[in-house]
Amino acid sequence: MFRFVLSRLGFLIPTFIGITLLTFIMIRLVPGDPIEAQAGERGISAARHEELRKAYGFDQPVIVQYGLYISRVLQGDLGRSFVTRNSVASEFFELFPATVELSLCAIIFAVVIGLPAGMIAAVRRNSIFDHGVMGISLTGYSMPIFWWGLLLILLFSVQLGWTPVSGRIDLLYYIEPVTGFLLIDSLLSGEEGAFGSAVSHLILPSIVLGTIPLAVIARMTRSAMLEVLGEDYIRTARAKGLSGMRVIALHAFRNALIPIVTVIGLQVGVLFTGAILTETIFSWPGVGKWLIEAIYRRDYPVLQGGVLLMGAVVMIVNLLVDLAYGIINPRIRHAR
Amino acid sequence: MALLQVRNLCVRFPTAGGMLQAVDGVSFDLDEGEVFGVVGESGSGKSISMLAMMGLVPFPGIVTADRLTFDGQSLLGMSARQRRRLIGKDIAMIFQDPVTSLNPCFTVGFQIEETIRLHLGLDRKAARRRAIELLDQVGITAPESRLSAYPHQLSGGMSQRVMIAMAISCNPRLLIADEPTTALDVTIQAQILDLLLDLQRDRGMALILITHSMGVVAETAKRVLVMYAGQIMEEQPAAKLFAAPQHPYTEALLNALPERAMDGRLATIPGMVPGAYDRPKGCLFSPRCVYATDHSRNDQPALRDWEGGRVRCHYPLGDPQRLQNIAADTPIGVTETAS
Repeated sequence: MFRFVLSRLGFLIPTFIGITLLTFIMIRLVPGDPIEAQAGERGISAARHEELRKAYGFDQPVIVQYGLYISRVLQGDLGRSFVTRNSVASEFFELFPATVELSLCAIIFAVVIGLPAGMIAAVRRNSIFDHGVMGISLTGYSMPIFWWGLLLILLFSVQLGWTPVSGRIDLLYYIEPVTGFLLIDSLLSGEEGAFGSAVSHLILPSIVLGTIPLAVIARMTRSAMLEVLGEDYIRTARAKGLSGMRVIALHAFRNALIPIVTVIGLQVGVLFTGAILTETIFSWPGVGKWLIEAIYRRDYPVLQGGVLLMGAVVMIVNLLVDLAYGIINPRIRHAR
Repeated sequence: MALLQVRNLCVRFPTAGGMLQAVDGVSFDLDEGEVFGVVGESGSGKSISMLAMMGLVPFPGIVTADRLTFDGQSLLGMSARQRRRLIGKDIAMIFQDPVTSLNPCFTVGFQIEETIRLHLGLDRKAARRRAIELLDQVGITAPESRLSAYPHQLSGGMSQRVMIAMAISCNPRLLIADEPTTALDVTIQAQILDLLLDLQRDRGMALILITHSMGVVAETAKRVLVMYAGQIMEEQPAAKLFAAPQHPYTEALLNALPERAMDGRLATIPGMVPGAYDRPKGCLFSPRCVYATDHSRNDQPALRDWEGGRVRCHYPLGDPQRLQNIAADTPIGVTETAS
């Protein structure tokens, strides 16, 4: 087990190099630099521009800049934002709970609806329910997030007025951050209506962000269940006289869970990508919105550090999923 | 009264090209404690007709029967809940491939105890004791330690022993063994077969042994049913069937036994079992039968009582008039009334 974790950690090294190299080069390929972005429309004199470029070290070859950056990262220093002068790591961890809260609610939404929908579709294959679920999930999967988000805002926020348009909580409330998770903090604050406001702000973004994972999970659950339901051991379970419910929910589902957990784990990467768009649409003060703004401002350290930390989180989650296999699948547990 | 009564059992599967008749009018009786062999090639409807009794015919199969009773209770008339009380308890079944028939995610102990607790209502501890007892009875050494093993840690023979332990856990009155040795090594096959017969004798349970091996049937069964393309072709006491088969198909199956091979070559039956689309108009075996006449190609024979058993042929092998009948292209019975 220890060796397994160690070998998986070994894979992380090339991944980290890849992430840093890609973000470092791609952000520099974007026209303009942080100095121009900060000077704004007023512009800046060529002499002053050159002076600042020297001060920031942009005059050096890119490969030298990359080497300097990596050596600082290895010492645990992700740098400071060009704009706010705050350390990138502290900004990230301040905003990260908002993204986690949104992503968690989205994945819970996706699992709670996707799993049973996929299971029922598999058990009642070729029924109207099956075709309905598969049709809707294909639509959901193909839906561009920004367009879907705007549609929902138009209907539920603008037309019906059921949910707020943007933000994490109503401006009336000031919630002291304790855990960073507003659902918990608003309960802790004891302010009346704060929790309800936080929940109502979460609903639409969670649905938007959870739509693609929901579609993927529903389809994967269906196909995994269909495969398992045709297995010999399901016939054995039925031949024992077990109830249909027990056969499906215990004997079949336990086996179908292996591919489903993989897919749910992989959705975490999709979720963070989606969070960037979703947070922008709903002005959700999380890591995604912060990264988008960093691109506009050419805030190199924020972008480089933020992407690196996001990548780290995705990789940690995937590692946890791999470890979870062992718990679900006895064949893997004993093979190690 | 017979333990199991089956009359005109049919299983059909709707397909894009029409109804596939998997089991076609199967009837037989089975007495308490009897060993009954069912033989036939792959696709002859042996397994499906047994699954029909268990209520396990896969979707979208349609099961019909004039009568399908176990111990006087109609299996078709009862609710799914009532049937589940019988299945796994009084009627148990083991399958061809024991390795895929055990659930890979649960321990052997869990899978055996699950059945015991469901049908006998024992608590965890008692079920565990019973599971150890059962594993011991089916010849598994160190049964206590095997309870926590997962199926992938067991060999094929060991898995089949576990399946058998599971099947006999609630003292069934009927055990259906669907090709229980086909997927196993030759060295293990005899052991498993002996185990099944020992258990059958000790417990006095009825045993239906489905197989496509004539050799297995010869050693074990008292009565044998020969099936072909979903129909019963012949039913005889085992000894008689081997000494004097009455149906050309049975004869061909027996000739295909390696020990009956002449001049070192195995005899085969040319052709294949008919499928959904090439079902012959007359006798289903006629396209492959060396004795087939125009009459048998056009007119399906009925299953008739014959020589202490039953046979579905216009020209049963034991009929003294047979050669004249074939030459005259008239079925059995026609010349009898004429003479």
